[in-house]
Amino acid sequence: MRIESPRRYTGDLVNLGQGLISRDIFTAPDIYDDELERVFARSWLFVGHESQVPNNEDYILSRTGEESVIFNRDRNGKLHVFLNNCRHRGMRVCRYDKGNSRKFMCPFHAWTYSDQGELIAVPKLDTGYHNELDRSKWGLIEARVYSYRGYVFACWDAETPDFETYLGDLRFYFDDYCELPDGSYGEWEAFGGILKWQMPCNWKFGAENFAGDFYHNPSHASVDQVILSPAGTKGRHTYDGVTKQRDAWKLNIAVTPQGHTSRGQLFKDDYDYMPTYREMAVVENYFRDCYAKRQAKLGEKARWFGHGGTIFPNVSYSNGVQSMGTWHPSGPHQTETWRIFLAPKAAPDEVKAVLRHYVIRYQGPAGLTEQDDMENWGSSHQGARGTIARRHDFHYGMGQGHEQEGWPADWLGGEVHATEDVSEQNQRAYFTRWAADMDRPPTADRIHPPTNAAEAAE
Amino acid sequence: MQADREQLLDQLLLGYEVEQFYGREAELLDSRQFDAWLDLLADDIRYWMPLATNQEAGNWDREHSREGQDLNWFDEGKFELEQRVKQIQTGLHWAEEPVSRTTHMFSNLQVEPRDDGHIEAATRFLVYRNRTNVETDFYVGKRRDHLRRDQGGALKISRREILLDQHVLLAKNLTTFF
Repeated sequence: MRIESPRRYTGDLVNLGQGLISRDIFTAPDIYDDELERVFARSWLFVGHESQVPNNEDYILSRTGEESVIFNRDRNGKLHVFLNNCRHRGMRVCRYDKGNSRKFMCPFHAWTYSDQGELIAVPKLDTGYHNELDRSKWGLIEARVYSYRGYVFACWDAETPDFETYLGDLRFYFDDYCELPDGSYGEWEAFGGILKWQMPCNWKFGAENFAGDFYHNPSHASVDQVILSPAGTKGRHTYDGVTKQRDAWKLNIAVTPQGHTSRGQLFKDDYDYMPTYREMAVVENYFRDCYAKRQAKLGEKARWFGHGGTIFPNVSYSNGVQSMGTWHPSGPHQTETWRIFLAPKAAPDEVKAVLRHYVIRYQGPAGLTEQDDMENWGSSHQGARGTIARRHDFHYGMGQGHEQEGWPADWLGGEVHATEDVSEQNQRAYFTRWAADMDRPPTADRIHPPTNAAEAAE
Repeated sequence: MQADREQLLDQLLLGYEVEQFYGREAELLDSRQFDAWLDLLADDIRYWMPLATNQEAGNWDREHSREGQDLNWFDEGKFELEQRVKQIQTGLHWAEEPVSRTTHMFSNLQVEPRDDGHIEAATRFLVYRNRTNVETDFYVGKRRDHLRRDQGGALKISRREILLDQHVLLAKNLTTFF
């Protein structure tokens, strides 16, 4: 037991006035337990993309925090997120990763729920329960659900603001991510399958890295010496050949107070398309055509070239590979990462094939780039555990005091800060939000009388 | 009777040859002779490891992600495998620097020559990986290969399908070859 107790986050464990953060926030079991209640149970959490449940009665299993949830589209087309948990004894009522069903039956005592969450069958309701069980009170526990341009989020807290308020000024950057390559809003389609793997580190290492760590480029020195980009050139990004030849600001964008972040480049001029896929005519023509349309549609704002970022608390979006990577907490020392990749639904098959091959070689456990990231996070986590090491905070002060607002373009405005090149501004914004949530004691307790969360929220 | 016996002997000899081939392959991988390992692969190899999911009875044919359209752990050719080898050889690929200690084991070999000249070879694999201090992983599953002979008669792997028996990958990465 260390001396500081009870925990204080803002100004203490997360002491950003001095650019310091305690290593304990990554490793202490009691802090982790509090996170599940104070961060995950309050936040809007990414559960999947609508294209993963394209038809009525389709479902997939997803997660919120440590818990399994069913993300489905019911018989009327409405999206739901249910706790995958029988109200009677808690067994998982759905044990398949993906399927199509009008009902979910618990294998234990056969309590059966509809695709709309109602408890529709209880064996021996008459002889066992003497018809005294009010089935309408014992439906599946349901979360608030919001589909933002097809990306679906769920929230367990009725007090949390609506999703778009929660998103705040990240909207410009997340909209940029949601746009098709031609700058319009249209259908993205997730490739089949979800990459799921375990990492021996706290969930926040991935979240803060994707939040904006241009500084970690040395980690990727090896992949930059081989050919990964489908452009067939050295380097890991499709756009490397493009961005290196243009004048641009490399920016970290922190959205405060929400703690969401973005990374990207802002070109200093309107540039012409640069050939990228010379060997593949169909792919080249598709992206050339999209580029021209995007320029025409967005004008000066087409100069923004987003790379990705993190939506607080635990989902990171990556442009280019069009992925959503979710850092699911699995104990203080373990993370289960889930990642999906999407392609424009209307794109030619050749384009989808190129993207599909590229993305699984870039990200994920077989990805030439992310493999090295995981080495960093795992080792950082170990480095946060030592008795002596824990006495010494991590340094998060890079670029502190040098943030600029409404720069370099005023339309990047709002509560948005930009810093050129490397900076830990984004991590500071992320952990400032995290600390504020952690300082707020939980209000939820056992719910009496039993109701479905959705009813309670109404 | 004699014909049966000759057929069986042919099969036995082929099985022995393939077993020796896989033994050499494992030796090359475990002694980190990755360039020599690449030489065992046909130039048009397809190296494929799908994802495994939990499916209800009746849908077992959907257990693995589909080739050519879904996400996979691996879906690549020789050029891409060469890039992985080069990445390890940079000495800067921190996920493999310091490099892993691996032991590739295979068993349950079944070989079936096909009319078009290629050989189907099915095995079970167990790949043990240990690196740095205590980091240890076991990768266990099924391998289904297509082998064919080059002009000099040497066996080459022209297709490798790797079914890893895990839904959530328990290792933090897949930096080894299977």
